[in-house]
Amino acid sequence: MGYKAKFRVWRGEGGEGQLEDFTVEVNEGEVVLDVIHRLQATQVPDLAVRWNCKAGKCGSCSMEINGRPRLGCMTRMSTFEETETITVTPMRTFPVIKDLVCDVSFNYQKAREIPSFTPPKDVKPGEYRMQQIDVERSQEFRKCIECFMCNNVCHVIRDHDENKPAFAGPRFLMRIAELDMHPYDELDRKESAQEEHGLGYCNITKCCTEVCPEHIKITDNALIPMKERVVDRKYDPLVWLGSKIFKRSGV
Amino acid sequence: MTQTTAESPTSKQRAQLKVRTLRTDRWWLVPALTFAGLMSFLIYGVWAIFDKSYFAEPYIAPFSSPCLATSCPEGARFLGLAPFGDWYGLPPGLLILGLPGGFRLTCYYYRKSYYRSFWLSPPACAVSEPHKKYSGETRLPLIIQNVHRYFFYLAVVIGAILAYDAVLAFRDEHGNWGHVGLGTIILVANAVLIACYTLGCHSCRHITAGRLNHFSRHPIRYKAWTFVSKLNARHQQFAWASMYSVMIADLYVRLVAKGVINFPFA
Ligand code: SF4
Ligand code: SF4
Ligand code: FES
Ligand code: FES
Repeated sequence: MGYKAKFRVWRGEGGEGQLEDFTVEVNEGEVVLDVIHRLQATQVPDLAVRWNCKAGKCGSCSMEINGRPRLGCMTRMSTFEETETITVTPMRTFPVIKDLVCDVSFNYQKAREIPSFTPPKDVKPGEYRMQQIDVERSQEFRKCIECFMCNNVCHVIRDHDENKPAFAGPRFLMRIAELDMHPYDELDRKESAQEEHGLGYCNITKCCTEVCPEHIKITDNALIPMKERVVDRKYDPLVWLGSKIFKRSGV
Repeated sequence: MTQTTAESPTSKQRAQLKVRTLRTDRWWLVPALTFAGLMSFLIYGVWAIFDKSYFAEPYIAPFSSPCLATSCPEGARFLGLAPFGDWYGLPPGLLILGLPGGFRLTCYYYRKSYYRSFWLSPPACAVSEPHKKYSGETRLPLIIQNVHRYFFYLAVVIGAILAYDAVLAFRDEHGNWGHVGLGTIILVANAVLIACYTLGCHSCRHITAGRLNHFSRHPIRYKAWTFVSKLNARHQQFAWASMYSVMIADLYVRLVAKGVINFPFA
């Protein structure tokens, strides 16, 4: 049942490198990560690849397979023709440490820049009372496995490295949306979403949504709703007037 | 571990792949079809605006409705009104063109589609865009996209007028109720699709309850949000369906007005 597949894998350190060709055995039921592991075991012992769960849940094995951001452990070999050459490269947006392993610290830095959940001072842990419908929207975003493929595919930084300081990427703009929608979060995150985390850079072209292995509707359910909240705060004179007259908040 | 230094900025440490994309599928197909689809609509629209046969009792072509000028035939005037007098010599369709036009131009879905297919920013996912600089919707002119909700309010009015036109299409050419022609069916289908597109708008979703953090305190608004969310999930499909339905309905009425299609079937 097995066959020999043609693989073309990026090898190199710190950006320098090249695509190298290999022929590797493939058995029924295998995924790309299995084949990369076989390559490592039989031909290139120093091939660097990051992985952990092999179940699509740890978000370690993000790579680009035939040019598309994918989880290596969730991409079945049966989706390719046996004669096809399969190209595997590291994520393009982040610095390469070695071979398929990227330095994803950009993402950790962006995560730290977002103020954490801020509940009212007089509510103690254990005293939160929320109805399911109030937290449902945020829960979708909690499915994130932090594979960072959305940040990797987003053209704002993928094609324009210079935008990195100004743009948190879909993963963390979604985090802001999650907190802004949270019934117990007291910080107002609309102004900073736009001014500090670069929500305005997103042009809602939905590539983050297309690659998310958890099928989170990042654009429709986080980014666009957040853009609308920003409009309330910054660009809609009627809402601004209404908030002055009725002094409503925390609705 | 590699360090980011002045000599070796992160951009240089990224895998230096010289090709625009390594995708092997036909990634250009969708942007090409989108381009063709949107262009066909624009070209038809320009023709339709200047075409004079927009009214055939009881049908009015959607591109020219509401008809608000004295140059509109008596029966075509919206509620008999004609606020634009004889001094207005241009096609009446031009008066209202900006409302549905602006609504679609600033629609989140259409933005995606033309940013991708016209501006190639990006043409497809993981395919690099041709532009040197990128500031997205952070500054002029694209920051203006934030007016979308105002176009939504206006689009609700236009949608209601098209629905009203569809109701009037249940009369025959002499004004007697009870007629159901092919035109009636087309206008009704168009009004329904336009309504599904309009109500599925992201701004509508935000206004109904998206802006709230406590759904449980606003059960009616939450219900509305749930309904809008369902339409919103199909917003792209409704955008295309209603764009073509309005084009077909418009063309159909014009063909009736030109005598190409005749009553009683029309
Ligand atoms: S929708 Fe916005 S955040 Fe997501 S990939 Fe596109 S530009 Fe980036
Ligand atoms: S949102 Fe999806 S694509 Fe982005 S990091 Fe989380 S799981 Fe990965
Ligand atoms: S190894 Fe954990 S997601 Fe692939
Ligand atoms: S009409 Fe498409 S988002 Fe408003």
